[in-house]
Amino acid sequence: MYKDLTQEGGPQLGRRAFLKVSALAGGGLAMSASFPVAAHAAAGEAASAQLNAFVTISPDNVITIVGKNPEIGQGIKTMLPMLIAEELDADWDQVQIVQGHTDAAKYGPQIAGGSFATPMNWIPMRQTGAAARAMLLGAASARWGVPMAELTTEPSVVVHRASGRRATYGELASDAALLPVPATDAVQLKNASDFRIIGRAIGGIDSPRIVRGEGIFGVDTQLPGMVYAAYERAPVFGAKLVSADVAAAKAAPGVIDAFVIEGNGKADELVDGVAVIARNWWLANKARERLNPQWDNGEWAGHSTAKYDADARAAMAAGNPQEVFASKGDVDAALASAAQVIEGEYAYPFLAHVAMEPMNCTALLHENGVMEMWAPSQLPQAGQMAVAQYLGVSPDKVKVNITRMGGGFGRRLNNDYMVQVAAIARRMPGTPVQLIWSREDDVRSDFYRPAGWHKLRAGLDADGKIVGLEDHFVTFDINGGAFNPAAMPADEFPAKFVPNLRYGQTKMRTAVPMGALRAPTSNAVAFVFQSFLDEVAHATGRDLPTLLLDILEGAEPEGTVMGFTGPQAGFDPRRVRAVTRKVMEMANWGQPVAEGHALGFGYYYSHQGYFAEVVEASLDARRQVVVHNVWCAGDVGAHIINPHGAMNQVEGSIIDGIGQALQLAVEIEGGAVKQSNFHNYQLPRMPMTPTIHAEFVLSDNPPTGLGEPALPPVIPALTNALFALTGKRVRSLPIDTSLFA
Amino acid sequence: MAFSVTINGETREIDAPAEMPLLWVLRQELGMVGTKFGCGIGMCGACTVHVDGQAARSCSLPIGSIGERQVTTIEHLEKTPVGQALQKAWLDEDVMQCGYCQAGQLMTATALLTNNPNPTDRQIEGAMQGNICRCACYTRIHRAIAEVAKEGVVNV
Repeated sequence: MYKDLTQEGGPQLGRRAFLKVSALAGGGLAMSASFPVAAHAAAGEAASAQLNAFVTISPDNVITIVGKNPEIGQGIKTMLPMLIAEELDADWDQVQIVQGHTDAAKYGPQIAGGSFATPMNWIPMRQTGAAARAMLLGAASARWGVPMAELTTEPSVVVHRASGRRATYGELASDAALLPVPATDAVQLKNASDFRIIGRAIGGIDSPRIVRGEGIFGVDTQLPGMVYAAYERAPVFGAKLVSADVAAAKAAPGVIDAFVIEGNGKADELVDGVAVIARNWWLANKARERLNPQWDNGEWAGHSTAKYDADARAAMAAGNPQEVFASKGDVDAALASAAQVIEGEYAYPFLAHVAMEPMNCTALLHENGVMEMWAPSQLPQAGQMAVAQYLGVSPDKVKVNITRMGGGFGRRLNNDYMVQVAAIARRMPGTPVQLIWSREDDVRSDFYRPAGWHKLRAGLDADGKIVGLEDHFVTFDINGGAFNPAAMPADEFPAKFVPNLRYGQTKMRTAVPMGALRAPTSNAVAFVFQSFLDEVAHATGRDLPTLLLDILEGAEPEGTVMGFTGPQAGFDPRRVRAVTRKVMEMANWGQPVAEGHALGFGYYYSHQGYFAEVVEASLDARRQVVVHNVWCAGDVGAHIINPHGAMNQVEGSIIDGIGQALQLAVEIEGGAVKQSNFHNYQLPRMPMTPTIHAEFVLSDNPPTGLGEPALPPVIPALTNALFALTGKRVRSLPIDTSLFA
Repeated sequence: MAFSVTINGETREIDAPAEMPLLWVLRQELGMVGTKFGCGIGMCGACTVHVDGQAARSCSLPIGSIGERQVTTIEHLEKTPVGQALQKAWLDEDVMQCGYCQAGQLMTATALLTNNPNPTDRQIEGAMQGNICRCACYTRIHRAIAEVAKEGVVNV
């Protein structure tokens, strides 16, 4: 068996940790969560004791906590263990964190996406820590013959105040491990006023290793005898392989093998291609040049962004959407009798994810038939199932180690690279294979943020109140699975607050694969609706924050609703008001700004987070957009679990959104993606970074996620600032600065 | 072809085609995976190393072109006072999110401060603009560099 150097038991953890895990491996690791494992101390010397699937304590008081979710830079490998450590009342300085392998039975869902981790784990992870603490109290109670109620804890120490007795967790752990694990819902959680770890700014747990250049990302996986694979696939989406000169690639320097792989027709699993294997990836990738592949592009080569744009605009001009997905009242009558009707069209492009670490995955087919994988995947459990299905084996024959990822942004919710490398490794039993995509492969084989087009009409009464609202949304007919990123929510704001409504859509056919990009749907429709509402505000002599507060006047909180992951707090207008007023105050909204500068406002509610943002922008001498300041007020509940990670997500989201607004688009030409690398897909760089002033508004709600909700409102805040500055309305993204010439 | 190249002060014998970029020699011939692959065309800076003390893009540097010049990588960063100070500042500022680009950011920042211990904000931006951080940790990267400059750490 090979060891994954990035994970549990790797030599980089240091000698002590290594010995400890070796001892555990003698009996502990494979056992179920509820089975006490202190028994393996029979080996002789005192060994570590595992209290549950997440918590192991060594005799010298080192607490090892499993981070179960994949780390893509959202800080989850630090944050989930903080929740456990808090309720365990652990001394954080003596906590070490290891990445959990893919194991749904042991760890529950392991997901990096949807900003779900915080709401899904806020209670369960704390209960896990509290249950372990209860076992330690139980062990002390038995040892000292005192009632549990008389015991308390200080970080990593159980204390009996009456007698002054103290014992470290390490001293109690092996006894504690023999006790029954309490039911998670039977344990008592701390009052927030007693938190010692939640709310502390804690640096990323892997950061010290990263600044030293240690190899802890997926693509850094190194196994003895490993070979490298490149994969040639069709540039045109939906194309099938006709032929390729496999022999020529095989004859290239350093190439070990090359073979055709037949796809299964599903972009998110396996497309037709040719695998080239070499002792060095650069050699494998270079040998692709000799393949001369011929593709059958079918009908798809005729598809282009220009065609989609023309078709969408024709559909909007024709009216009548194919289907109406939200309707109430009589919108036609409301528009016909309105004192004023505002119309606006908006469009936004396909976008790529371009995580810094290109897609890759490592696989090894063991002699016993187990396919072991080292997968940088945001959904490793789904990847395990997809690979098992492709190989025709049961999921227990696919072992998926979770690696740290150089970014995700939603790209790694799809596991196509996992199936691809499994298809290669199955042909090379006993040889570890690392598949790496070039940046060009990554840009041109993505699951893109869907492009979209909207034609909106709002009817206003004499008081400026919206009495009718209509949107004709032109999108794509895609199989989006459980989550369709090309769909728009039926309750898209301000749907609930207007009496007459019709949201309809027309879907175009395409072979372009699409998927979730950070703040999916929201990252696009926030621009559309907050821009359109800005138009409504200007038409009625108000500013957008005032219009927003007017729309919500008298609105009541929704109460509990069913969300994607279960019951959650419904939309709460009070939280909108609070962040709106807060950001207006922070930005001195309404006060004069520097000559040649203007402010714009944007608000959005997504992923259970409420964000209001103000952008200060100007145009430089070349009439290019300069963003000077961004103020941001966000409400994600009562606690900011790790202020470091939280603020980092907010800052990153804001700059990400500005980059999308200013300079990012994927264009389709001849059925393929025109862009290919960072010279023509230009991410934000340091000089364009504005000063960001972000604050959290705490509200009496359970904390929710921060990977996404700060992004959507910055885009309309910027375009609305440009309207205030120039009187020109940005109607399509990215912003075409010739508008301001 | 066989090449003899000095990396982090050590002479390494490499058997690879002359055109193979230094990046792939480091990562897959020598197993030094701290230097990262980001774009392969010198546009992102993830692969930044030092060649004779200057920041260079190892993805675009053929192994056959290095000759006698000294290559330094992220694995060697803590051997210099400036590198060490930057590593510490990176942790103090909690600079990173995913962290993948940070080896390149640190190598570029180290070359900057080694050549110009007291850069202006504009000079920091100018030096760092070749390094993409997809997570956009730019504010913190800038702050960490400025902090080390303020402390006046220099290599002796």
